[in-house]
Amino acid sequence: MSEPRQLTYLEAIAEALVVEMDRDPDVLLIGNDIGGSFGGAFKVTKPAAERFGPGRVKNMPMTELAFVGAANGMALMGLRPVVEVQFADFISTAFDSIVQYAATTHYRWGASIPWVIRAPSDGGIRSGPFHSQNPEAWFVHTPGLKVVAPATPADAKGLLLASIRDDNPVIYFEAKPLYRSLRGPVAEGDEALPLGRAQIVRSGTDISIITYGSMLHEVTRAATEVAEDGISAEVVDLRTLKPLDTDAILQSVTKTGRALIVHAANRMAGVGAEIAALVADEAFGDLDAPVRRLGGMDIPIPFSPPLEDAYRVSAARIAETTREMARW
Amino acid sequence: MSNTSRSTETPARGVLDAAGKLNLAYWMRLTRTLDDAIMAMWKQGRGVGGTFSGRGHEAIAVGAGYAMGPHDVVAPMHRDLGCYLVRGMSPERIVANQLGKADGVTRGRDANLHGLGDLSLNILGFVSHLPQSMPAALGAAMAFQYRQEPRVALTFVGDGSSNTGLFHETLNLAAVQQAPFIVVVENNQYAYSTPLREQMAIDDIVIRASAHGVAGHIVDGNDVAAVYEAVSAAAARARRGYGPSLIEAKTMRMLGHAIHDGAEYVPRRLLEDWERRDPVVRWEAKLLEEGSLSGEMLQRLHAECREEVDMAIQQAERAPLPDPSDVASGVYAP
Repeated sequence: MSEPRQLTYLEAIAEALVVEMDRDPDVLLIGNDIGGSFGGAFKVTKPAAERFGPGRVKNMPMTELAFVGAANGMALMGLRPVVEVQFADFISTAFDSIVQYAATTHYRWGASIPWVIRAPSDGGIRSGPFHSQNPEAWFVHTPGLKVVAPATPADAKGLLLASIRDDNPVIYFEAKPLYRSLRGPVAEGDEALPLGRAQIVRSGTDISIITYGSMLHEVTRAATEVAEDGISAEVVDLRTLKPLDTDAILQSVTKTGRALIVHAANRMAGVGAEIAALVADEAFGDLDAPVRRLGGMDIPIPFSPPLEDAYRVSAARIAETTREMARW
Repeated sequence: MSNTSRSTETPARGVLDAAGKLNLAYWMRLTRTLDDAIMAMWKQGRGVGGTFSGRGHEAIAVGAGYAMGPHDVVAPMHRDLGCYLVRGMSPERIVANQLGKADGVTRGRDANLHGLGDLSLNILGFVSHLPQSMPAALGAAMAFQYRQEPRVALTFVGDGSSNTGLFHETLNLAAVQQAPFIVVVENNQYAYSTPLREQMAIDDIVIRASAHGVAGHIVDGNDVAAVYEAVSAAAARARRGYGPSLIEAKTMRMLGHAIHDGAEYVPRRLLEDWERRDPVVRWEAKLLEEGSLSGEMLQRLHAECREEVDMAIQQAERAPLPDPSDVASGVYAP
């Protein structure tokens, strides 16, 4: 068998869009600057724009609240719009259309809203307070939404295909620092990965490090580093944040007896808090150490390199915390 | 004449024949009778939570709803009881919903007229965050364009939500897309307790349409034929590919914002003035005057509507409440 192709994280997302638009005429893309020869601020939609043209890759005026609201109506009519908000930071401008309308509709009157919002998120690339955010916790807190956060090119493709095919509103957080920096094997074809399943990226016995998105790669580096000190860390990549794969989390923590949760988003009331509470509720008797969380500081995301580095979780901090926990 | 046997199709769109005139009289009287009955139930303590009256808005809700074809999509709000009815939602399902019953439209999930959506009737349910139905209806219209279907989507908003950013964003997007989209602005003078003069510095909301390149019209919102004709014309225009329209229907909210609200802040004289223009009474008087309707026919019409509403309420009150073990079902599509 030949080696699978290597694609960047960005190419994998772009390919998923083209594959699904080829397969399903109900899929169309809307967003700011995504169409024409420009093809998006990050060029994710460029291959789709070139292949399908302005009828299916539609530029929108700068009206996120209205065009996400329009995606609600398109989806109610059976289309599967994939909306790009240019930066995840701007998703707040569309908040009502997401959390009030889309998230509640199926519960209230039984109609499906099968859209996907692609939200380029995350920082570490000196983009300042308004182009670096990780707002996933807002949406994990909202019943009726699904939230996906892939960390690898293969997952980015497989989970985007699944998100588009899902009959619910799905917010798909792309880790933009990985767009061009991360390359990995990606299968050809149109096979989706299931939503709601975490993956054990690295097996271990002493501690479970639970993470998602760009932080997976910091965690993996830290796990390699602490292995030299004889600490065997198991790395759990959540992949989907809602629904959360609680079984995978509890299985791992029950095995290792220690849980460290790491995310790029600020720690306060973040996804890690929910996981820590889950572990406390369901696996307290199996714990050998207090549950710890690492996340961004509870401040707006600063711009200047030394400030952003101080804000952001690093592999070194993860390794240090892992060692502390292993000593318990 | 049962609710379901009435056709919502008129033979010649935009022109009211004798049958069409009588149909409008029926739908408006049914709306008023049901509205009155719901208000009475709530005052007698037979209601659940709060509720809303659309008294005074019957001509807009019925006229606009009746102008739409069966494949067109409507997204009504809490003043548009008549639109739900004319589109085929039964009074029993509506009352059952208001009482939180298991066989209400939302199975006890959403309150009063909120969330009364049913895709089999091409009705989208609304959320309190008005005008969220505006972009939803626009999205439906964009889906029709995308699939090259000759369908139109219509929604309603009030004077209050015409001040939101979303109202303007949606009009702008509708115009850019040249979408087959109609928004009926029910200018009923008050957003809850706030009168127009404290909401906006313009006399006519319709000028907001021209700012965005959307066709705009003002109609007498208490004249059902005028509403019907204006909406029919806008729909025909949209179907031919000429894009969106805004219709400002001037009317008056005759009761409070919701059942709890006595609306003491509204000058009595204003209400008295508008009472003389009551849309339901006015249409019946016109049909009597021109001979389309006899006094005897009118009496029969009233009796039929009362009977239909009484029966709907009896059935809805007898219907079971939802099972609490079912509370978490339906959050997600399977």
